[in-house]
Amino acid sequence: MLDATLTLHPQVALRPEPFGALAYHYGNRKLIFLKHPDVVRIVESLDGTATVAETLAACDIDEARWPSFEQALTNLQTSEMLQ
Amino acid sequence: MSKTQLVEQLKGGLDAPICLTWELTYACNLECVHCLSSSGQRDPRELTTDEAKAVLDELHDLQVFYINIGGGEPMIRRDFFELLEYSIGRGIGVKFSTNGAFIDAAKAKRLTEMDYLDIQISLDGTDAVTNDAVRGEGSYDTAITAMQHLQDAGFGEFKISVVITRHNVDQLDEFKALADEYGAQLRITRLRPSGRGADSWHDLHPTQAQQRQIYDWLVLNGRNVLTGDSFFHLNALGEEPLPGLNMCGAGRVVCLIDPIGDVYACPFVIHDEFKAGSVRDEGGFSNVWKQSDLFTELREPQSAGACASCGSYDACQGGCMAAKFFTGIPLDGPDPECVSGHGETALLAASSIQAPKPMMDHSKPSRVAVTIGRR
Ligand code: SF4
Ligand code: SF4
Repeated sequence: MLDATLTLHPQVALRPEPFGALAYHYGNRKLIFLKHPDVVRIVESLDGTATVAETLAACDIDEARWPSFEQALTNLQTSEMLQ
Repeated sequence: MSKTQLVEQLKGGLDAPICLTWELTYACNLECVHCLSSSGQRDPRELTTDEAKAVLDELHDLQVFYINIGGGEPMIRRDFFELLEYSIGRGIGVKFSTNGAFIDAAKAKRLTEMDYLDIQISLDGTDAVTNDAVRGEGSYDTAITAMQHLQDAGFGEFKISVVITRHNVDQLDEFKALADEYGAQLRITRLRPSGRGADSWHDLHPTQAQQRQIYDWLVLNGRNVLTGDSFFHLNALGEEPLPGLNMCGAGRVVCLIDPIGDVYACPFVIHDEFKAGSVRDEGGFSNVWKQSDLFTELREPQSAGACASCGSYDACQGGCMAAKFFTGIPLDGPDPECVSGHGETALLAASSIQAPKPMMDHSKPSRVAVTIGRR
């Protein structure tokens, strides 16, 4: 996961919410809760060129927290929100 | 954040609804005995095409991803396709509920050509006798014909939507098989005493033993079946919670816009007590969603009331507000179908008072045989 280069699927829209954001995939109609503002920040920073590790570093995420973000990003990838 | 924490957040409300139902008209070719909106005749005050488009513009600005369109029979509106196309063009996906009467081969083709569109055909029995007893004579054939047209047109996975009653609960496996046969997805929801359902609920709602039957079936099959999160009161029956958020979303993540633009906390509470405002008010829908007193109140922490001492409260949340309200049970009382058996006592206590009557009755004046108009 850390070496992957990911980006938000073009058919996914993010809507800011008090807890983070909602992500909706217009293609497969899945709705996912991004349950932390930092996850939203990272997802928005993924640009398809930098690796996940580079993005986490660029977003100033403490390495101790990386595993939980990897988990969140993996879930998003499984539901095709990230590609 | 855990799921429980997320649910706590959601109870405090969202910036815009996730599940917005918009009933386009009170007109309907059928007269189902459990119709949640007591539909039948069009209301002369219904939103005009321009007003409806203005609401869609607003929903677009609020980033509402999709809406559930219903009625009445929404396809009766002459501007139905125009509104559908407008909504989808603004990035708001549509799922609409229909009895299928107006889906012929040509319309099925037209619907198939649209993106971001979902169709839900209502069917309450896997045979004509069971279905028509609730939805009216000929309605089973109508629904099956529409399903056939959708399949022939290659629509793909549409939905078959079933309200579970005492009489069709034994057909759950058959419903699933029927859906599979048409490449459709099955959706089952709970019968509530809303609209005309207030009169038919006592005879139609599943018995205690059947509640267990539904729960067991959902535990086995729930992952492949949609429920609109409507059976969470059954969670008190077991260790394993059913899929979904399992909370009452009224005014928090759910709301209804009725055909004349009034905004209610949920599609099952068409009554002044749950009316938050109108899209025609100053500030439009956004203002109602964000500022109305009613929605603000519904987003406050709710008291567990009579359920506080019940060990199942975390799982069941005291059930459905609409079901309590229209059976005369206090809102902090148990659900009338409480699986721990407190519903009967509560119903008995409520029987001495007059339960609130659903409002906005648009039933046709005479319940004589209806002829289904086709175009
Ligand atoms: S007493 Fe209340 S919380 Fe307990 S099962 Fe019944 S309705 Fe649910
Ligand atoms: S009132 Fe009942 S039907 Fe309406 S959102 Fe709450 S639980 Fe669902």
